[in-house]
Amino acid sequence: MSIGLIGKKIGMTQVFSKEGQMIPVTVVEAGPCCVVQKKTPAKDGYSAVQISFGTKKIKKVTKPLQGHFKASGGKACAVLQEFRADDVEAYQVGQEIPLSIFNAGDKVRVSGINKGKGFAGVIKRWGFKGGTATHGSMFHRAPGSIGASADPSRVLKGKRMPGHLGSKKITVKNIEVVEVRTKENLLLLKGSLPGARNGVVTIYRQ
Amino acid sequence: MDLINRLEKEHMRTDITPFRPGDTVKVYVKIKEGDKERIQSFQGVVIRKKSGGLRSSFTIRKISYGVGVERIFPLHSPAIDRIEIVQRGRVRRARLYYLRKLTGKAARIKEKRLR
Repeated sequence: MSIGLIGKKIGMTQVFSKEGQMIPVTVVEAGPCCVVQKKTPAKDGYSAVQISFGTKKIKKVTKPLQGHFKASGGKACAVLQEFRADDVEAYQVGQEIPLSIFNAGDKVRVSGINKGKGFAGVIKRWGFKGGTATHGSMFHRAPGSIGASADPSRVLKGKRMPGHLGSKKITVKNIEVVEVRTKENLLLLKGSLPGARNGVVTIYRQ
Repeated sequence: MDLINRLEKEHMRTDITPFRPGDTVKVYVKIKEGDKERIQSFQGVVIRKKSGGLRSSFTIRKISYGVGVERIFPLHSPAIDRIEIVQRGRVRRARLYYLRKLTGKAARIKEKRLR
């Protein structure tokens, strides 16, 4: 339970380490992130910090949100997210969360919405084997039998079937911070992250 | 994408002498053993250059004790100390894979006369 940042996924590339090793990295534009609201146990029943990311015209947001932003300085933002924090008193509304809460070498947790795959069959969605493509096989990508007969005479709950795949929140743990560029608000994280380019990701301290 | 190109550019090396496929080059590679660092050289013919920004690489082929050895180096790797050109070669293609089938005198490459 600690504070983090919201960012936009820019894309992937590689960088060289000092030893000459090539490291695959995802570039994330994380910030500027500002504190919009503090939630306290006395008022809200739990303690958290609400953080903003990106910009939006104040005219473009709904009236209830306009009021919410007015209370915190009048600047609207594209993304709002809460972070559970025990030390809420350490933050002020309007304060910018610096990128320096992360250091190179840290391990972080990253959440994002992964790419949507639409309605997917069992091979893509659950990794079923499928049948032979040729040799007169008439069974290709179908799921096959989904259960026994008179006993239990129903399909068991949780049976893996075709359906919607992706567009789901995914959290990846133990992602290494390779580089922090405070000037450009850039984070270089080792490996891949969930979601498409320009997607919103949340980076938590671990 | 601009941002990524800019990031890659920062890691690119500009101090490497340009060379071409067919050239015989000597690559000085930094090798770390424990906390000691030493430099090892690898000499051979450049049989391929792959371009791709920071991901550019090149392949060097040499015959070592009768066995063909090929080594692929990332062009912008900080592990490369320097590259020396031993001889410029005159070749008619960019990828010299045909050298793999040739041995001895047939595998020689004519020297390029610079005017």
